[in-house]
Amino acid sequence: MSKQLSVNHLLGIKGLTREDIELIFNTADNFKDVINRPIKKVPSLRDITIANLFFENSTRTKLSFELAEKRLSADVVNFSAASSSVKKGETLVDTVNNILAMKVDMVVMRHPNPGAAVYLSKNVDSRIVNAGDGAHEHPTQALLDSFSIREKLGSVEGKKVVIVGDVLHSRVALSNIFALQKQGAEVKVCGPTTLIPKYIESLGVKVETDLRKALVWCDVANMLRIQLERQDIKYFPSLREYTMQYGLTTEILNSLDKEIVVMHPGPINRGVEITTDVADSDHSIILNQVENGVAVRMAVLYLLASKIER
Amino acid sequence: MEPRVILNNQHLELIINRLCYQLVENHDDFSNTVLIGLQPRGVFLAERIVEKLKTITGVESIQLGKLDITFYRDDFRRRDLPATASETEMDFLIEDRKVVLIDDVLYTGRTIRSGLDALMDFGRPQKVELLVLVDRRFSRHLPIQPDYIGRTVDAIVSEHVEVDWSKDKGKVILKSLDSE
Repeated sequence: MSKQLSVNHLLGIKGLTREDIELIFNTADNFKDVINRPIKKVPSLRDITIANLFFENSTRTKLSFELAEKRLSADVVNFSAASSSVKKGETLVDTVNNILAMKVDMVVMRHPNPGAAVYLSKNVDSRIVNAGDGAHEHPTQALLDSFSIREKLGSVEGKKVVIVGDVLHSRVALSNIFALQKQGAEVKVCGPTTLIPKYIESLGVKVETDLRKALVWCDVANMLRIQLERQDIKYFPSLREYTMQYGLTTEILNSLDKEIVVMHPGPINRGVEITTDVADSDHSIILNQVENGVAVRMAVLYLLASKIER
Repeated sequence: MEPRVILNNQHLELIINRLCYQLVENHDDFSNTVLIGLQPRGVFLAERIVEKLKTITGVESIQLGKLDITFYRDDFRRRDLPATASETEMDFLIEDRKVVLIDDVLYTGRTIRSGLDALMDFGRPQKVELLVLVDRRFSRHLPIQPDYIGRTVDAIVSEHVEVDWSKDKGKVILKSLDSE
């Protein structure tokens, strides 16, 4: 097994190898053990300072990263765009270089523009972890999704996964497609054609517009939220109609002759893409995903930090 | 220099036997004592000792833990490659109990220092003792000394002490790093 990541930054799943993903998961196994102990902390990163830059709203990801950093004993500074000099016209590179001048070793960034993390990695001298850049990638989410599938079903290889919903605006979908395919899983996307990117089939992904057919085919269904805040035009007549066609209900799950695993990256819109009883059922591993998120992010930060020269 | 066998399988058996009797002397029936092997190599020794202790004392419930110290090391980012973690198996708390830490070779003492740190995350033990198969004296970086010693070995920095745990063919060898 490889002992070191092939990359210096985590910008997207696209740049990772399958060995990288396995190394992250094996390391995350150890950290999952750590966060379930009475004292949930190890001193590995006590000489590392990490800045969390969030140019876009986030609850789960920000908390998860911050907990992961603190459980590795790193020093943490938080920054959110709403209360910063970005509003006064400072550029991204200037903002980050100012933060780095205060001796920060790693940057975790969420940004509304696709490619922001890649751009930053080329222009500043720091390790960058992409915590979501526009509709491009959200690598740690895809890693924790695959980690959760591996935990629930034993492995990701050979599994059939359908991603349902607003694929067009979803960075989670793109990162998941890359991650699942690298590990040898089959991926389908399902949703109204207006919310499926036109050239998605060039990624080797099949498109299915009928939810029931997709569910009959799959082992795992990853339900996405309709991202109304990113939709500049109307993509479907009404939320109610979307729910009738693509909402996951107990009835449709019961009508299948097998058990499938239900996932959701959050935040859930109960009653839209998934009903309350499904979200809280035994099929759902939504809260396991959240727990695993901390362990997987600890693994990513630990492995990247080990590549920082002293 | 050719690798030299310092202890053969027969020596190992004798030494493990003696260490076990020394443990029994101090810990009686092990009702308030846990043994903890340091991952990865201390675990082999710890398993051998527990097996032998069970036959000597007749107590089947001797508790054995496996402790991984990777995330507590002080040389993280000073090594060429990050150390790969092994599993930690501690199904008990050590609060107010006696702990015997077990490792195969004591050299600089840094591993034991990390082990003590890792141990404290599982509670506040009443007492911690250290058992090692081989004590390389004169090479300590930290003020750490073992309570139970299998064999004291004087080896210079350019030599390496290695324990082979193959069944019925176990041995301790001294190798020169220069010749590799």
